[in-house]
Amino acid sequence: MTKDECKNAVIAIISDIAPDEDLSTLKPDVRLRDQLQLDSMDFLDIVMELRKRHGIEVPEADYPKLASLDSCAEYLTPKFNSLAAKS
Amino acid sequence: MKTGAHFDVVIIGAGLSGLAAGIRLAHFGKRVCIFERHNAPGGLNSFYSIAGRKFDVGLHAVTNYVRPGVKGTPLGRILRQLRLDREELGLCEQRQSRIAFGPRGDVALRFTNDFSVFESEIARVFPSHVDGFKRLVKRVRETAFAPEAPPVSARTVVGEHVRDPLLADMLLCVPFFYGSAQENDIEFGQFVMLFQAVLLEGLARPFEGIRPILRLLVDKYRKAGGERRMGCGVRSIVARGGRAVALVLDSGEEVEADHVLSSIGAVETEALLADGDREEMDRDRPVPGRVAFVETMAIFDREPAQLGWGRDTTVFFNDSERLAYAVPEGQVDVRSGVVCIPNNFDFGPDRRLPEGILRVTCLANYDRWSGLPEGTYAADKKRWYGEIQASAGRFLPEADLRATAAATVATDMFTPRTVERFTGHRNGAIYGSPTKSLLGRTALSNLHLCGTDQGLLGIVGSMLSGITMANRHVLSRTEG
Repeated sequence: MTKDECKNAVIAIISDIAPDEDLSTLKPDVRLRDQLQLDSMDFLDIVMELRKRHGIEVPEADYPKLASLDSCAEYLTPKFNSLAAKS
Repeated sequence: MKTGAHFDVVIIGAGLSGLAAGIRLAHFGKRVCIFERHNAPGGLNSFYSIAGRKFDVGLHAVTNYVRPGVKGTPLGRILRQLRLDREELGLCEQRQSRIAFGPRGDVALRFTNDFSVFESEIARVFPSHVDGFKRLVKRVRETAFAPEAPPVSARTVVGEHVRDPLLADMLLCVPFFYGSAQENDIEFGQFVMLFQAVLLEGLARPFEGIRPILRLLVDKYRKAGGERRMGCGVRSIVARGGRAVALVLDSGEEVEADHVLSSIGAVETEALLADGDREEMDRDRPVPGRVAFVETMAIFDREPAQLGWGRDTTVFFNDSERLAYAVPEGQVDVRSGVVCIPNNFDFGPDRRLPEGILRVTCLANYDRWSGLPEGTYAADKKRWYGEIQASAGRFLPEADLRATAAATVATDMFTPRTVERFTGHRNGAIYGSPTKSLLGRTALSNLHLCGTDQGLLGIVGSMLSGITMANRHVLSRTEG
């Protein structure tokens, strides 16, 4: 998986969690919280959807790594790839 | 008797909070089962049929209504968390409501879903108290949800900002009637929640009342893989080492669970525990609520407006110098109450409810209803029905009571005894215990409360209660 594909996977999750947000103009290097109305309940859902859809575990200590799309891609792409390698 | 059934989470009660919790848990792959003693879902917000006619209980209006695009409010939160499309709720806004005080409701404050209308009403009727009112609203807006803060009296806080006792009573009466389990007061955090829900946000209703909301939740829950056992209550909770390990059902069957969420009330949940488990509690024991209501429901062959009942959606009324929100000495206190006219939501130009509906809610005394023999009970209901409707009529001055009687095709009335029978809430206290447990904690470490006694109120609040308790106590715990 490329970093762009990883970003798209995250965007797909956010669009299901917060369908009322406009995601077409998201800036990858800006914190998601600063561009979208996302509260802590929504972040919990991003983490849980990652587990449900992709089998990816994000420990609570790593939540800050999901701050922006870029940081998501940085943190999650290796996880996606190592899961793909195992299967 | 053991069946060997084992669930990640079991939920006691298929009301709005239990269903919402169930949707969250099932969506994230938990094996979850809801046990409901009755055959219909909804709990305190349910419905029943008499002669093919459906009556809603509970729901006057969905509070916390905000228009599309307003974010960061409770309605938006439940839509996201339950993956609901707001179109699915089909909410129609209120037209207007009133708080009407004085023997004939002469001092009246109109409110709509636009808060500026209420602000200008305050300025018109209480011009010298505008600044105090604004300070109170500022305080309300700045009050954050603080589950572990010590309780504060709303009457005290409102009184500090609003010096006029009449205006203070008028501001308190809405949160009182729509959610206070305490006599003559309400905890300030709860006041904030209800003030926001009704006055800062607003009232709305699906065309068909509570049923489409329940259908939507039940359907969502089923599609997410949740299980549900209707007509199957919980007789007791089996505990070991400070944890709930199993539920004994009314059938005698036993089911095991890792977590238990109970929506049936704090006192009612505690009653399911063995004495020894209850006594392990090192905190204050929950107190049963006493604040109870009667509600009359009248069905007309035409719109209530045609009988002079006007365009108000709800009217909060009080005829006395001071508002007495307390358990009355007699069976009912008709001096104050709430009128709800479901026809007066704005369903659009081409849509009207098939019949006229008028509901009036007044404070009642459980003890004076609970022990009555059947004949007396029926006669008392009939007598009070007339008195309640006549009392409410004073606040809708054009109401023609004679024409109303002639246009009435059906009536019904529920009492605290009805509420206790169908919801299991002690004393028929629909707002539960006066002390809330905002973190949902109980004597057992994996048994948590949701719903009324957790303390988020109203239709949206109860769903949010189930959601937050499922998130906090089950989903945010990372397990193997």
